[in-house]
Amino acid sequence: MSGPARFDPRPIGDLAQAVRTGEESARALAETALARMGPADEALNIFLASDPDATLAAADALDAGPGAAGPLAGVPIALKDNLATADLPTTCGSRILENFVSPYEATVVRRLRAAGAVIVGKTNMDEFAMGSSTENSAYGPARNPHDPARVPGGSSGGSAAAVAAGVVPAALGSETGGSVRQPASLSGVVGVKPTYGRVSRYGLVAFASSLDQVGTLANTVADAAAVLEVIAGVDPLDSTSADVPVGDLVGAARAGAEEGLRGVVIGVPRECFGEGLEDGVRARCEGALEAMAAAGAELRDVSLPHTALAVPTYYVIAPAEASSNLARYDGVRYGPRWDPETGLLGMYEETRARGFGAEVKRRIMLGTYVLSAGYYDRYYGRAQQARMRIASDFRAAFGAGVDAIFTPTSPTTAFGLGERTGDPYRMYLADVFTATANLAGIPGISVPIGFADRLPVGGQILADHFAEATMFRVAAGLERALGGGS
Amino acid sequence: MRGYEPVIGLEVHVQLATTSKMFCGDRYDFGAEPNTRICPVCLGLPGALPTVNREAVELAVRAALGLRCTVHERSVFARKNYFYPDLPKGYQITQFDRPLATGGHLDLAERGQRVRIRRVHVEEDAGRSLHDRLEGRTAVDLNRAGVPLIEIVSEPDVRSAEDARVYLARLKQVLEYVGASDCDMEKGSLRVDANVSVRPAGSAQLGTRTEVKNLNSFAHVEHALRYEAERQAGVLAGGGAVVHETRLWDAAKGVARPMRGKEESHDYRYFPEPDLPPLVLTAREIEAARTALPELPEARARRFREELGLPAYDADVLTANREHADFFETLAGLTGDAKAASNWTMGEVLAWTNETGRPIAEFPAPPEHLAELIALVADATVSSTAARDVFALMLERGERPRDIVVAEGLAQVRDEGTLASWVAQALDAHPQEAARLRSGEVKLVGFFMGHVMRLSGGTADPRQASELVRQEVGR
Repeated sequence: MSGPARFDPRPIGDLAQAVRTGEESARALAETALARMGPADEALNIFLASDPDATLAAADALDAGPGAAGPLAGVPIALKDNLATADLPTTCGSRILENFVSPYEATVVRRLRAAGAVIVGKTNMDEFAMGSSTENSAYGPARNPHDPARVPGGSSGGSAAAVAAGVVPAALGSETGGSVRQPASLSGVVGVKPTYGRVSRYGLVAFASSLDQVGTLANTVADAAAVLEVIAGVDPLDSTSADVPVGDLVGAARAGAEEGLRGVVIGVPRECFGEGLEDGVRARCEGALEAMAAAGAELRDVSLPHTALAVPTYYVIAPAEASSNLARYDGVRYGPRWDPETGLLGMYEETRARGFGAEVKRRIMLGTYVLSAGYYDRYYGRAQQARMRIASDFRAAFGAGVDAIFTPTSPTTAFGLGERTGDPYRMYLADVFTATANLAGIPGISVPIGFADRLPVGGQILADHFAEATMFRVAAGLERALGGGS
Repeated sequence: MRGYEPVIGLEVHVQLATTSKMFCGDRYDFGAEPNTRICPVCLGLPGALPTVNREAVELAVRAALGLRCTVHERSVFARKNYFYPDLPKGYQITQFDRPLATGGHLDLAERGQRVRIRRVHVEEDAGRSLHDRLEGRTAVDLNRAGVPLIEIVSEPDVRSAEDARVYLARLKQVLEYVGASDCDMEKGSLRVDANVSVRPAGSAQLGTRTEVKNLNSFAHVEHALRYEAERQAGVLAGGGAVVHETRLWDAAKGVARPMRGKEESHDYRYFPEPDLPPLVLTAREIEAARTALPELPEARARRFREELGLPAYDADVLTANREHADFFETLAGLTGDAKAASNWTMGEVLAWTNETGRPIAEFPAPPEHLAELIALVADATVSSTAARDVFALMLERGERPRDIVVAEGLAQVRDEGTLASWVAQALDAHPQEAARLRSGEVKLVGFFMGHVMRLSGGTADPRQASELVRQEVGR
């Protein structure tokens, strides 16, 4: 069925080990994923592309060959449709890339394949990652496995739903303002955004270059860590990737689960617990804080005074970079072309008018405006300064001895389809707790912390730059304290 | 120019002689099949990212240092956004307010002029739009997209069309010397846009300028600027005002026409390139590049004049091209006679490069052979006329000049006895003139020299022979 489920009770590490020892076959795992994909997809519109024959062939090749030795041997994975793959199309949820098949693969995809993972399909997303509900997809919205009348969150809604519906044990998504953590929260799974620069962006179709990062979604903190370990690490093809050792993230998660949170200082920013939080979300957050304290953590009140600037800052910087990154979609070299044969300008206008959805157009216009002569300093220049203030809030908090910061991931649980599509600004406010991490470049993870009115609630752990080990440790500790994890 | 003086600034784009493009590993080959030198990065495919070609940065630094600029330890890449089919990403990665280098100069020694260089920055080239290849459509070739360029912007210090041409020649010379580019306008590796205005001679104010494009050779630049300066002077003299516009040079008709259409003033919405960190060079790296610079043309010409004693003309001709200067200097070192080396290089050797169209590096005879030939002339083993024949045979046969002289019997005869017998023969053949010579008519020396040379088949050493003839005078 397509309701909330888990692909397999075993952690990903154990699944891969089973395939490596021959106890389990890659084929069997792939068949399970494909069997679940059909009904889930029909009910929830999770996938935009898949090729079952190719998936099974890949699994068979793995079973027969040396590839069954990697850390993700035989593990079925779904990919957000803005990651370049050479076998399946990469549409970014847009008409302007309909049927576009990339001639090259994203670095993270190559790393997954090299680790033995089996790619089962490309997941639905808000067009060009612009949205918080996956309702901006040109291919229809995806739905939340917990309640198909509600959104799974966005923009990586398809990936979150694929994990939540038990089609795959893990998926890749991408973040610019919270697009992995927020759908993870709304769909009841774990979602990670690494430090900016931790994971290569080569082959991740760019939305906002200084904010974009590939993230992982899974059922447990340890599983999310396992996949992140495989894809992280410097890439010579991405000049913004950082040459910092990845470390043992799965080990950090295990330590958090087994050893608890004694000696860990958790910052609780007062700005994130004010009004605007749904009661159910607030209650679950309080429960999570109590659980962490019971596990030995010291809770400390902190202030992130520039939190209120996050959404306006994000909605200046991201559209600005997007207006430039999306200029290449012009019908000249790839993708569909709508040409009224009135000349170059006519072709540009018709192709982009028909190819882009309303939200994308809105952001391109906004971005063009804030970069334009006479307005650059007032908007883009100012937003970059605000960004530095947001970053310095975190620097101060972590510098004062806080190991990690806890906030709600989303102010609400999953909202209904169509509920916010008429009010873009209200939709933008969904990012209020997540966008700060993207702006500051720090890593963040959303962990399921319970339900409110039978809808999932997520709690967010933020850590300092490149402190993913701390982040996973605390997140796993929280997860275990609430009775979750494996 | 009716009392007006032109004020000219030049923007020169130069393709750097790197193995690969500015932000990806493709090779660029001029004339390759269209769209065969492309990859995800320079094609602007979804998800592709640029990475900086360090070789291009190195060449750009050398060019900037050759132009006496201050190279900045930190410069920033920026996006210049506009739509055009040969611009795959819809933006060009360039440098805007933090360029690689600023504040240099180029001296035009022959014009007594110094032109200040405002800035040198690095950027990527666009592809090419070909309007004549397909009927009614524009074809786009992206091979050139991403090729590394430096843009060199001068201050408006150039004061005449001729100076502009000299500036370009000197600029090309410096860039060739430092190995940054081959600066070939025909292949598009050097492109020029000019800004020109006029003002009353002696005024310090700048007039309204126009930009002139489509300049395909240094000669075009000179003609176009002369045309445009005179046109503007005419407009102002007639009481009109110069319109700030872009004009395209039409070489066939000799006019610069205003561009129509897409040239509304663009807002390029520059912002720092988020896919690339700032370009950082250490002071040590910059110093290392400076010390690794070859001797620049100006300094080399001066050294040829002052240390090797060459006349200014020779020094200029020889240093016009770095390979020519290198060839000359090797030769001078081998012969120890700079002037002779200069004469031969400027004369026979460069004549060979002109006739064959081949570069001096392909000159078939090794410098040691040429040095030997020079020595043979110096010690009068061969006459200078015979030497030319030896030279030609050297190139043809690849043999040593000494061997050729022997084989062809081209050695000058200096044996007293042989010479004396030829002189005697000549005297005997013309008794009347001989008598006049002996009675003191010095001017008949030439007459008898002619006969002696003919008798000797041109091999008589003219100096010695003429000595012997002169001894007959007044005898």
